[in-house]
Amino acid sequence: MATVTMTVNGKSRTGEAEGRTLLVSFLREELNLTGTHVGCDTSQCGACVVHVNGEAVKACTMFAQEADGAEVSTIEGQANADGSLNTIQQAFQDHHGLQCGFCTPGMVMSAAALLKDNPKPSEQEIRNYLQGNICRCTGYHNIVKAIMAASGQDVSAVAAE
Amino acid sequence: MPKDGGIGASTKRREDVRFLTGKGKYTDDINIHGQAYVYFLRSDVAHGTLNSVDTSAAEGMPGVVRIFTGKDFEGIGGLPCGWQVTDRHGEPMQEPAHPVLAQGKVRHVGDPIAAVVAESLEEARDAAEAIDVDITDLPAVIDMKAAVQDGAPKVHDDLTSNLCYDWGFVEDNRQAVDDAIKSAHHVTTLELKNNRLVANPMEPRVAVGDFNDATGDHTLYTTSQNPHVIRLLMGAFVLGIPEHKLRVVAPDVGGGFGTKIFHYAEEAFCTFAAKEVKRPVKWTCSRSEAFITDAHGRDHVTKIELALDAEGNFTALRTETYANMGAYLSTFAPSVPTWLHGTLMAGNYKTPLIYVNVKAVFTNTVPVDAYRGAGRPEATFQLERVIDKAAREIGMDPIELRRKNFITEFPYATPVAVEYDTGNYNATMDKLIEVADFAGFEARAEESKARGKLRGLGVNCYIEACGIAPSNLVGQLGARAGLYESATVRVNATGSISVMTGSHSHGQGHETAFPQVVADMIGIDASQVEIVHGDTANTPMGMGTYGSRSLAVGGSAMVRATEKIIAKAKKIAAHLMEASEGDIELKDGAFTVAGTDKSVAWGDVTLAAYVPHNYPLEDIEPGLEETAFYDPANFTYPSGAYSCEVEVDPDTGKVEVLAFAAADDFGNVVNPMIVEGQVHGGIAQGIGQALLENCAYDDDGQLLSGSYMDYAMPRAADLPNFIVDHSCQTPCTHNPLGVKGCGEAGAIGSPPALVNAVCDALQRAGKDVKHIDMPLSPARVWAAMNG
Repeated sequence: MATVTMTVNGKSRTGEAEGRTLLVSFLREELNLTGTHVGCDTSQCGACVVHVNGEAVKACTMFAQEADGAEVSTIEGQANADGSLNTIQQAFQDHHGLQCGFCTPGMVMSAAALLKDNPKPSEQEIRNYLQGNICRCTGYHNIVKAIMAASGQDVSAVAAE
Repeated sequence: MPKDGGIGASTKRREDVRFLTGKGKYTDDINIHGQAYVYFLRSDVAHGTLNSVDTSAAEGMPGVVRIFTGKDFEGIGGLPCGWQVTDRHGEPMQEPAHPVLAQGKVRHVGDPIAAVVAESLEEARDAAEAIDVDITDLPAVIDMKAAVQDGAPKVHDDLTSNLCYDWGFVEDNRQAVDDAIKSAHHVTTLELKNNRLVANPMEPRVAVGDFNDATGDHTLYTTSQNPHVIRLLMGAFVLGIPEHKLRVVAPDVGGGFGTKIFHYAEEAFCTFAAKEVKRPVKWTCSRSEAFITDAHGRDHVTKIELALDAEGNFTALRTETYANMGAYLSTFAPSVPTWLHGTLMAGNYKTPLIYVNVKAVFTNTVPVDAYRGAGRPEATFQLERVIDKAAREIGMDPIELRRKNFITEFPYATPVAVEYDTGNYNATMDKLIEVADFAGFEARAEESKARGKLRGLGVNCYIEACGIAPSNLVGQLGARAGLYESATVRVNATGSISVMTGSHSHGQGHETAFPQVVADMIGIDASQVEIVHGDTANTPMGMGTYGSRSLAVGGSAMVRATEKIIAKAKKIAAHLMEASEGDIELKDGAFTVAGTDKSVAWGDVTLAAYVPHNYPLEDIEPGLEETAFYDPANFTYPSGAYSCEVEVDPDTGKVEVLAFAAADDFGNVVNPMIVEGQVHGGIAQGIGQALLENCAYDDDGQLLSGSYMDYAMPRAADLPNFIVDHSCQTPCTHNPLGVKGCGEAGAIGSPPALVNAVCDALQRAGKDVKHIDMPLSPARVWAAMNG
């Protein structure tokens, strides 16, 4: 066991972690931030995506001790200061980009990382970027649409509705 | 334009806010003070005699609370099967025992042998490694046809063979169908496989058992589509806990797709063990564990024969299917290849003679049960593939052949025992041709050709039976459950409403769509209506969510309960306005007296019901709360026409899906946005089945596709945008909302369109390819082109 301290969503948080404790387990079990989800055990599904020092990271691919001293952002820290949904979250609601909600935290965190690097991605760029995030409910159509809308692009040409 | 929050409006989902901010409460987010963790030691061989399980070395490992084996469950009920199928000869199916932990034998990779309860999951897992299991390997039976040969090793020694049942439907038609096929002008035959799939909701299963030894109350938190069903099955048949001492909670559930209908061993174990160790006991399934424990789907091997006359009219249809049950009978497994499959073999067509034979087979594989569509995708796939093949053989356009045989008059009683109430199959086909721009296809095909690619267009129709189901009918067919749904509408004193439903939402948006129905009936804002679901402690007995039934059956229960509320509220309003009850009208949340300007608001009436000072106490009780149980009179029959446009790379066999269009008839629609989302997701799963997904075992029964490294889940870049249309609406005639259900259509209707499209592309290129089994991997397509 070691004591690990990191800044999570702007607040300093300290907890205990074994050498084998994954960052995702630390967030969920030690810090009780259960918005970050675990959907697989092979780092494929992306339900656990968080940001570590500004980069999108699958929190199952990193040990908690490796994040000692890091700046971590999770889904719980994404809403606006007044509690309203941020632009990406609001676009997901507006365009029905989620159903069961389980993959959603990872999708939102990946979308945020994408738009930071590429503020106006094409549909194909979004689809390619989401290769590491699996959704079983939506067929991705409305997720792609939501991300395009969040980037300020006209989505009226995207089929359906 | 419907009012926002009313029926027909694309109201945004209220549940999204908690999911988008990480505040959803899924079962794995539940941690109870003092809980212990369980790890299941599972068989790593497919078939073997379990000689001994020595836990002595593991007992003393750090953190171990207690280790359970099959011996601890001797004398306790096994997992029950909820449907008994009767075979061709009138005999009941063979029904093996299904112990919570293995006893005497292991029958599939993943069969649980022991359960270690420890202070932490890591300690439980470490201790499990110290358990000494002595198994004598037995030959595994994996291939279904081999499994039913004489002398095949038996999965269950106490059964006469590996044949669960040999079902004929309709048995009395058998000879007539045989004769019609023998004398037919033309017979098209196709042998095909419906590939085994794993449902893969993104949330793995979780169970947390809790026991209060002061009150004797058990609580199970579980990832279920139907908590009341779990309470009944587990309480009555496995653990002997009366329902009033057993609460089952299914909170936010991260997708189900059928695989979370069933009662699983881990649920019974955690409930049982919590009492034994006097601690809450939590199990969280890993994804790898899910692949070897979640019930799988599909896995049919079929021969289908379609007889046609000289004009192209279908004259008879005969099928023979082998359906994999896996090693044990999962909760509703026997019903899937029979009553959810055979009854749909007429499809959208007026074929007069149909005979369906299904042989259900035990193998040393994970149990197989309902997965999105459940039986209906299997029926649709074989029928729509054989029609396409027949069209090629007789030189008729596949769409024209379909149109020629469409059922056009309703109600229509099929030769496979169901009666379609409404539909308009030409209308959905016309709509499909329009929205998918068939007129521009040839130009697009030329453009593909110029780039060296082979473009193809595939079409199919589908019909499904949803809104499951009339209880008396399914009882005759072997169901050991009723299939009604319930709703309690509780109007609060100030006029807001809580609706308690037995339906369960795990992505379908019930918390948004159901209030639209209730609020619309009363004329109040939908935000005044809240849906309560997922907890047996505060909802009426209900059968849960599957079979596209929640709006058609659960929504109808809400309508019936709300009608009772309105009837009582009108009595109260009549009293308050000193008018005759028959003159009271309710509109936009206000009661008026016809022909006068008298009016009382909804909230005045509801307040009077709970503060009954000026109230007709001699005639009616105070309060405003009503319950209804709705048992449907028939199934509902959504239908539609789907198309897929693909490009095949002739050098590699790789298939790219360029366009996919769906024209559905769901009857009336409450929330179009949610309906379209359901269709999108269903199509993605159907394309997944047709193009990518395959659950594969080797000959020894080892699962080859046991993780996302090997099981190809559809990703964003694998799929196109979808064109979906639901403007063709023939409302259901027998439920009060006129709705049919939309949850499974996409998964049912899409696989044949894709395979038809690839065959079309190859045939256009002069390749004599009649069929390729799913999934259409590059290797299979290339082999078919070059075979």
